[in-house]
Amino acid sequence: MTIAKTLLYAVLLLIIFAAPFLFPDFRTQLATLWLMIIVALTWDMTGGQMGYNSLGNIFFYGTGMYACAVVGIAIAYPVAEYTNASGGGIYKFTDTQYFLGAALGILFAGVFCSLCALIIGYFTFSLRGPYFAIGTLGVAIAAGELVSNWDFVGGGQGIALPVYPNDLDEGKLFFYFLFAGTGIILFIFLNWMYKTRFGAAINAIRDDEEKAEAMGIHTLRYKLTTWAIAAFFVGVAGGISAYQLIHFEPLETAYQTINLGIFMVVCVLLGGKGTLWGPIIGAIIFQVFKEVTWNYLLGWQWVALGALIVVTVVYFQDGIMGWLKHTKPEWFGIRVEKSADGGANS
Amino acid sequence: MTTIIEVSDVSKSYGGVVANKDISMKVEQGGITGLIGPNGSGKTTLFNSIVGYHPIDSGSIKFENKEISKLQVPEIARLGLLRTFQQTRIYGEMNGVENMLISQPHRKMSLRDAFTVNKKEDYERADHLLEFVGLYEKRFLQSGSLSFGQQKLLEFAMALMNEPTCLLLDEPTAGINPTLINGLIDRLRRANEEFGITLFIIEHNMRVIMNMADHIYCLAHGEMLAEGKPADIQNDQRVVDAYLGAH
Repeated sequence: MTIAKTLLYAVLLLIIFAAPFLFPDFRTQLATLWLMIIVALTWDMTGGQMGYNSLGNIFFYGTGMYACAVVGIAIAYPVAEYTNASGGGIYKFTDTQYFLGAALGILFAGVFCSLCALIIGYFTFSLRGPYFAIGTLGVAIAAGELVSNWDFVGGGQGIALPVYPNDLDEGKLFFYFLFAGTGIILFIFLNWMYKTRFGAAINAIRDDEEKAEAMGIHTLRYKLTTWAIAAFFVGVAGGISAYQLIHFEPLETAYQTINLGIFMVVCVLLGGKGTLWGPIIGAIIFQVFKEVTWNYLLGWQWVALGALIVVTVVYFQDGIMGWLKHTKPEWFGIRVEKSADGGANS
Repeated sequence: MTTIIEVSDVSKSYGGVVANKDISMKVEQGGITGLIGPNGSGKTTLFNSIVGYHPIDSGSIKFENKEISKLQVPEIARLGLLRTFQQTRIYGEMNGVENMLISQPHRKMSLRDAFTVNKKEDYERADHLLEFVGLYEKRFLQSGSLSFGQQKLLEFAMALMNEPTCLLLDEPTAGINPTLINGLIDRLRRANEEFGITLFIIEHNMRVIMNMADHIYCLAHGEMLAEGKPADIQNDQRVVDAYLGAH
């Protein structure tokens, strides 16, 4: 790593740590920004790097929430009894029960979502292009409907988890750093993974899956592994969200296909598919745009957001990083044949 | 010589069209075998059947005495039976070296091996093979921007990187500048002699295939028309008729 790069990462880390103290009123929004970064980065693993546009990654967010909540409750009380009483104030959690439940629940959420990805992926990865997108969307919608009819996890009412035991502001910091920590680990992991042979192999699947198969690459195994890793991090993020939001319900919060499910795709398109920084930049711009319009264009916020999505999808599909790659290929070490006898048609 | 690919009574139809009918043939280990025939005679269909691209209707295909007609494309490729495409397929967004590194054999690569970065030897081997096909100077260029002929050479180098025991080439000289063809023939021969790779080649350029192959099969209308040494095939009246449309 060069000195400039080390310096850049040091400054970024400093900003990450200082942000919630510099802007104490925006702690929740900053935590949400990290959530957006996590879901955008994980969406790009399959959508950008592997060429499989999933519209169902929100399934792992919702499933992560429920998996985490069930474990978090189960270590102290029978789940069915608890959800039947809608949580309420009857069930007290000690500090140890709260933190142990959250920790185990969040980890379980990640592992459980990975397993789900392996099973769902085994069936859906035989679909290509738009069929994969619709197939995965179907899984997410069906899961939302199923869970909202399942009384064990509270049915349509959802689940109310215990409130953060100490000071509420401290709680906001706690969740901010949980999200930020997960995001940083994810970034470091992807920064490494995209440089390995595995990273190259999933790029090969994106560029020409038939060729990759003909060269003997274990395509299905790599596709499942990629999605399982993505699902782990989305599941963890869902688990953290469950405790942060305290109460959540199946259709609007957990399996929110039309909100977060679409936002994560827009973040990636805006920032640039198939790049490490694109999803992060996209998530930041998207989140700022969303918060600004919610505050200053109230009543028109959905129109503004819709306009942003339309403009991105129609005119700016390659995103910011994609546009930079085209205009300044030398920044990315891309060199093309320019000699007279070279062109692709000779 | 031992037989490396053995095709027995293979048939394949697309709906009502019979593309291959009771084809039987052998590819000898270490040699160069040619497959010729007029357009639409079923050559590429036979290639696709061998590499597992589609299921065959009947018959058997053996590679190194192992039945492979029920295996999937990547499984067959990992056995060491590799093919190149008539319409060249490379990863256009990546440069030559990256294309080469992706093509390393995944035969023994476990998932754990995949999560490692490429070693210095891998880069050296990639450079060496790129030099072998004459693309060393252009190795850092985005490969989609190379000419069609250069992309074909790159695809050939990628196939060599994969260390196959047998390589199926679908029209390796099609679309290549005639002055480059001799160089390509030379490299194919060297791949056969120096690396010991068995070659099985579909080719329309008679000068090329008659020069290279030690045994030739000729297909017409999905059926095996003739086989033999290049000289015999050249003088076979049935082959001449098939090409002139008398069959």
